[in-house]
Amino acid sequence: MPLIHDRGGWPDDRPIDRTEHDLEDWELLVDALMQALTGGGVMTVDELRRGVESMERWRYEHASYYDRWITSIEKILVERGVFTGADVDERVAQYQAEAAR
Amino acid sequence: MTLAAGTRVRVLDGASIGHVRTPWYVKGKTGVVAHVQGSFRNPETLAFGGDGQPVRPLYYVGFRRGDLFPGTEGPALDTVYMDLYEHWLEAV
Repeated sequence: MPLIHDRGGWPDDRPIDRTEHDLEDWELLVDALMQALTGGGVMTVDELRRGVESMERWRYEHASYYDRWITSIEKILVERGVFTGADVDERVAQYQAEAAR
Repeated sequence: MTLAAGTRVRVLDGASIGHVRTPWYVKGKTGVVAHVQGSFRNPETLAFGGDGQPVRPLYYVGFRRGDLFPGTEGPALDTVYMDLYEHWLEAV
């Protein structure tokens, strides 16, 4: 069984989903963030892909395109010591508290 | 080693661990080099924060559909092309 991302050539009788959707603001921000990170030499597109490819199968299947990107970006930046997972959790909790006010 | 256009090549049957640009369905299959793309940094080490050196020759390789997916129906000359790095190929 190939890895989850290595799916070209998998047998499937279902038609290809060609539906399009307008990008949401957060998706545009993720794209811009990646441009800044690669442009600034902080991480490479190859690392982005490796991070996406290392996602658990169920997470990969349920994540949208940019959800996969931001999941990988966080993983790679933690690896590179830009911030820690605890830093991210703390910031998320802070935003959630602000939003609940 | 540099493979010239027209060389028949077999794709090595290596494992897809880490970050590998060779899809599973061409591993062990035979195709023909259509074009030499040039040399590029190795994505397999770039993916882990390395510098991708030394650069690796990259080839545009064509595979017949029937060779990749035996038993499927379609025009005999249908060809799948893809970029493959030299360290995944052996001349046959």
